[in-house]
Amino acid sequence: MTFNKLMKGMLAAATVFTMVACGGSSAPASGSDSSSAASGGNTAIKIGGSGPLTGGAAVYGNAVKNAAEIAVEEINAKGGLQFELNFQDDAHDTEKAVTAYGALKDWGMQASILTVTSAPGAAVAPLYSEDGIFAITPSGSSLAVIYKDAANQTGSYGNIFQMCFTDPNQGTASADYLAAHKDLGSKIAVIYKNDENYSTGIRDKFVNQAAEVGLDIVYEGTFDDSNATDFSVQLTQAKENGADIVFLPIYYDPASLILKQADSMGYAPTFFGVDGMDGILSLEGFDKSLAEGVYLLTPFSADASDDLTANFVTKYKEKFGETPNQFAADAYDAIYAIAMACENAGVTADMSTADITAALVSQFGSMTFNGLTGSDVTWAATGEVSKAPKAIIIKDGVYVGVQD
Amino acid sequence: MAFLSYLINGLGLGSVYAIIALGYTMVYGIAKMLNFAHGDIIMIGAYAAFFALNAFHLPLLVAVLFSVAVCTVLGVLVERLAYKPLRQATSLSVLITAIGVSYFLQNSAQLLWSSATKVFPSVISGGALNLGGVSVSYLTLITVLVCIVVMTCLTLFINRTKTGSAMRACSEDKGAATLMGINVNRIISITFAIGSGLAAIAAVLLCATYPSVYPTLGSMPGIKAFTAAVFGGIGSVPGAFLGGLLLGVIEILAKAYISTQLSDAIVFTVLIIVLLIKPTGLLGRKISEKV
Repeated sequence: MTFNKLMKGMLAAATVFTMVACGGSSAPASGSDSSSAASGGNTAIKIGGSGPLTGGAAVYGNAVKNAAEIAVEEINAKGGLQFELNFQDDAHDTEKAVTAYGALKDWGMQASILTVTSAPGAAVAPLYSEDGIFAITPSGSSLAVIYKDAANQTGSYGNIFQMCFTDPNQGTASADYLAAHKDLGSKIAVIYKNDENYSTGIRDKFVNQAAEVGLDIVYEGTFDDSNATDFSVQLTQAKENGADIVFLPIYYDPASLILKQADSMGYAPTFFGVDGMDGILSLEGFDKSLAEGVYLLTPFSADASDDLTANFVTKYKEKFGETPNQFAADAYDAIYAIAMACENAGVTADMSTADITAALVSQFGSMTFNGLTGSDVTWAATGEVSKAPKAIIIKDGVYVGVQD
Repeated sequence: MAFLSYLINGLGLGSVYAIIALGYTMVYGIAKMLNFAHGDIIMIGAYAAFFALNAFHLPLLVAVLFSVAVCTVLGVLVERLAYKPLRQATSLSVLITAIGVSYFLQNSAQLLWSSATKVFPSVISGGALNLGGVSVSYLTLITVLVCIVVMTCLTLFINRTKTGSAMRACSEDKGAATLMGINVNRIISITFAIGSGLAAIAAVLLCATYPSVYPTLGSMPGIKAFTAAVFGGIGSVPGAFLGGLLLGVIEILAKAYISTQLSDAIVFTVLIIVLLIKPTGLLGRKISEKV
């Protein structure tokens, strides 16, 4: 204790000295000082992260925060490796995510679960890369989160990893799934949001893969932020073209409106979503019967019977009163993956951020992780994860794994 | 057949635009100001109706009346507190104030009710009427009917009642109206009250069709309705009606037959063309400057 206090005092004095010496104008110098001061005075490794705790995507952010808290509590209770979590609200907004990053850096973050959603993730990824802080996003699925040049998939940051599938993988996997399950339907309509990377990314890969595996796409409709309420035209045209499957690579907010409008016009195809559809059942006031029979491709199913899932689902329900979704599971896995890498590499809280990052990056390149969202999970050096998706269907108002 | 169902959907959407556009056009006609907070009054109306239905379990009609009451009081209050002190100020100051009020309302809603989306309960059952092969949902029918009723009542009110004449007088010439013994401030308050009450009705119709309630709910319909008001000739009540309906129909048809990506671009192109040919809008009055 006394030693730590002494160290703190000395570092504080050094900080003041540096600031005086530089005339207080050197922001990077004082920034790096504060982070080393923090690591010198703590025994827990500081994990940062941000996500939408308010706003349209709040369901995702809160799920991630809750699950990450459970994981951190469990790890700390075991003794040994200790984590401290600081999760900020970014309201799914790029500017707020950058502000949150600043706050986390001032706090002395040593590793991070980056962001929950893609666009804020892409905005802060260069900052993480510049400052050399290790990050793994539970659910930021866009390629732009791990690549500087996402369009050509070149220039991966190297210190940023993903726990979830990348958008293209979701598109490819969805097309493969539909090709393997022709009984769901053969004529496909796609409705996607053309001003959102997430949606266009999945749609592009889906359409490419659909051509390859011989799926029949009969209609494609789009919408954007200013038109995200009326879907009567898109649905009428999907119906006119005889689509019996409607693929929705979009978030659950507009999806809930699509389900409602399809219902009121008496159109009942099979709706097929990806991870953005997860969370639709937690929407306040949503009529769950509208989502009956909706398919979604996600790597986690809350009704799986293995011990790990059962333990997590019980704890989550006890603490937060609802069934955890896939975002929660990804967040739980992300924290455990960091813990595993820390243990393997013998990372301690007093190591410098650069050393921690180097150790974690090398671990993530080589380790095999078993978690809620998959077994034998591995990572490529670019940060992409490799695991198998599962199909989930909504039955009687809950997510149920499809048996096949 | 598809064309007819698009047309009907367009009329439904246009009716909502028309009712919102009335709020813009009446306030502009009488107070000569653009009330950009109008869209956010709609949002408050939507929340009021949402809570009336979901938390207090009131019947639909009572919920609508409650929402109308809340919006009317709010509209008058906003006018008193924010716009009345600026009666003699330049129109630019009033415009900026209106934008300020709009942000104030949005952020207050975010603080009070969080920005997470709430789903508006289904108030009108999702049935559909079959008219010779074209299915028309009851909701669309009711929306169009309500719009026609509101428009008729308002036109009668403006043309047949004493207050209506006073409103027309104020819109012609405020100075002369004051000289003739009309209390201009009272008339402006009444205008805001009516416009905001209509906003509540629009809010319920909007949320019945598109059941998402969130703090920025009013922005986009507000902007579209303002466009509709300009399209029809701002300051003119039949103009707002015509502009709203046309805008809704053009938007849906553009989506259906040209491109779902370009529908807004097409709507605004039509607006520009109309304004180039008729600078005061479709039914706008010719402004003749006396020399």
